Amino acid sequence: MSTMPAEPVRPEAIAVRLDGVTKRFGDTVALKDASLKVRRGEFMTLLGPSGCGKTTLLNLVAGFLAADAGELFIEGALVTDVATSERDIGMIFQNYALFPHMTVAANIAYGLKTRRVARGEIERRVREVLALMKLNGLEERKPRQLSGGQQQRVALARALVIRPKVLLMDEPFSALDKNLRASMQVEVKEIQRRLGVTTIFVTHDQSEALSLSDRIAVMSDGEIHQIGSPQEIYRAPRNRFVASFIGEVSVLRAKLERIEGDVATVSLGDSRVSVPAEPLRGLNAGTPVDLFTRPEQLRIVAGDGAVTATVAAHVYQGGHVDVYADSPDAAGRILVRVPGDAALDAPVGGKVGIFPAASGAVAFPTE
Amino acid sequence: MRSAPIIRLLGRTVVVLLLGFIILPAVVVAIAAFNDRALLAFPPEGFSLRWFVKAFEYRDFQTGFHNGLIVMLSASAIAVVVGTAFAFALDRYRFAGRGVIETLLLAPLVVPHFTVGLGFLILAAQLRLMRSFTVVIVCHVVLVLPFVLRSVYISLRNLDRRLELAAESLGARPARVLFTVTLPLLVPGVVSGWLFAAILSFNEFTASLFVTAQRTQTLPVAMYNYVREYADPTMAAMSLIFIVGTTLLLTLANTFFGLGRVLNVDDAR
Repeated sequence: MSTMPAEPVRPEAIAVRLDGVTKRFGDTVALKDASLKVRRGEFMTLLGPSGCGKTTLLNLVAGFLAADAGELFIEGALVTDVATSERDIGMIFQNYALFPHMTVAANIAYGLKTRRVARGEIERRVREVLALMKLNGLEERKPRQLSGGQQQRVALARALVIRPKVLLMDEPFSALDKNLRASMQVEVKEIQRRLGVTTIFVTHDQSEALSLSDRIAVMSDGEIHQIGSPQEIYRAPRNRFVASFIGEVSVLRAKLERIEGDVATVSLGDSRVSVPAEPLRGLNAGTPVDLFTRPEQLRIVAGDGAVTATVAAHVYQGGHVDVYADSPDAAGRILVRVPGDAALDAPVGGKVGIFPAASGAVAFPTE
Repeated sequence: MRSAPIIRLLGRTVVVLLLGFIILPAVVVAIAAFNDRALLAFPPEGFSLRWFVKAFEYRDFQTGFHNGLIVMLSASAIAVVVGTAFAFALDRYRFAGRGVIETLLLAPLVVPHFTVGLGFLILAAQLRLMRSFTVVIVCHVVLVLPFVLRSVYISLRNLDRRLELAAESLGARPARVLFTVTLPLLVPGVVSGWLFAAILSFNEFTASLFVTAQRTQTLPVAMYNYVREYADPTMAAMSLIFIVGTTLLLTLANTFFGLGRVLNVDDAR
């Protein structure tokens, strides 16, 4: 499992390409035969739990690590053995890694000086990027005299001013508090789109990935499980890991009824649900399967349903209520998202029926 | 929790007594230096500056000071270069015997100074270097190297490697990274190591006694020779000059780099 059978992309539109890249640390394989194509101007997110290999992949693109096998291309040029300093990348570290002994202006000018850009040109471009990042007036400050958000802007300015072929970001928002994080995400996304800079972004936060990305590569245990748009990843997860890592999910016990072309039908009690056939190919009718459903795809009724459950808790969220319920027909707890606040009437400890939507869910063979 | 007033008073008294105890010798010497009588005595009788004049005019002290400066500047400069290079090797590379070297160089108190002095005396005799500055300087390098090494090594360990990676990502080749990022951030550690080395070298007596000759004797050795023959307050005046000199050096370091950073007691921010 590596790449999506994506629509053909003109080769010149690919900014970064990994072909079967493997990286080992001693006996552990940090990245296993990874292949990935990042299109020019695209915002690509590497998403996965810690230790999944996403940072290793980023460090390989940056050149901080050398691959044990495979090839890496940036803008069509083979860079597997090219030093970091010759790769024309922009790197944003989690702690920003601003040079503490240099002013904001000197930090930003650093990458232009290494490229021997003329002094007047440096001044002009630094001024330009200071304005773009709303950092005017902070030129002569040292990094420690800046707030977290300002430091992040300087880090971005420093990386963008060199007009990198690809911008690499390693969990850049994790050091910011919640409100600042949200506004920086919007701002970074807007600047990325405006400049059209190809971006590879690493995060373990699935909501961050869903909201920022053009495409997401979901990773675990050194492997890329699925590459696709946020909608594809959310609506059509390729396997159990992707389905449970992205968004909230309830796992209901069901049976395979039949497979017709690309659509399979599974049954829960008297209910029938249409799911993609792909993950269930080769299974016989009657085989138990797990139905992965989103909270908004479930409906709750008084009395009997496809699944009968006991209400464990409701959590009032203003616009909707999250109802948690337990059932012998589910693996783990069931989460139902009910609009309005009528669901608050279902008493905790009471029996309710739960119906899945007729389509939109996915099923995988029971493990 | 607030402690009772009596406990607090007791605590303060102990602190004051301790501080007093630490600076007592210096105070006694300082007072004795202004004694009018030609006796190394306490309490003094009458006030005079003539021992300071004598300290400055005494030929052996002048040459001793001059020699001490030569040895101090050469030895500390060599130790800074060698120590910094060594600290880099210890921090960045894994090689055979690394652990042994690390322990040896980071634990300078294991080999006593007189052993080092004696060793160099024997070597110097073999190599016919008995009366040269070379042997004194090399001996001092060995003595002060661990202090430079330790200071730079700690700074290197505290250095955020991501700063170097950031510089690389911005197009800097290794030499540029070293000179624009790594070394500037190590300046406090290097200056601290150099200061320790310089002060130690200038004050060093035990090993110097073995390896210096009449022509190369450093100030502490000259003072020792003086005190064997005379017992007047010139020595006390000399001590005071030493203290004032060291204080000036540290004040300068504080003005330019901040003492906390120089002595490596500040947190790496």
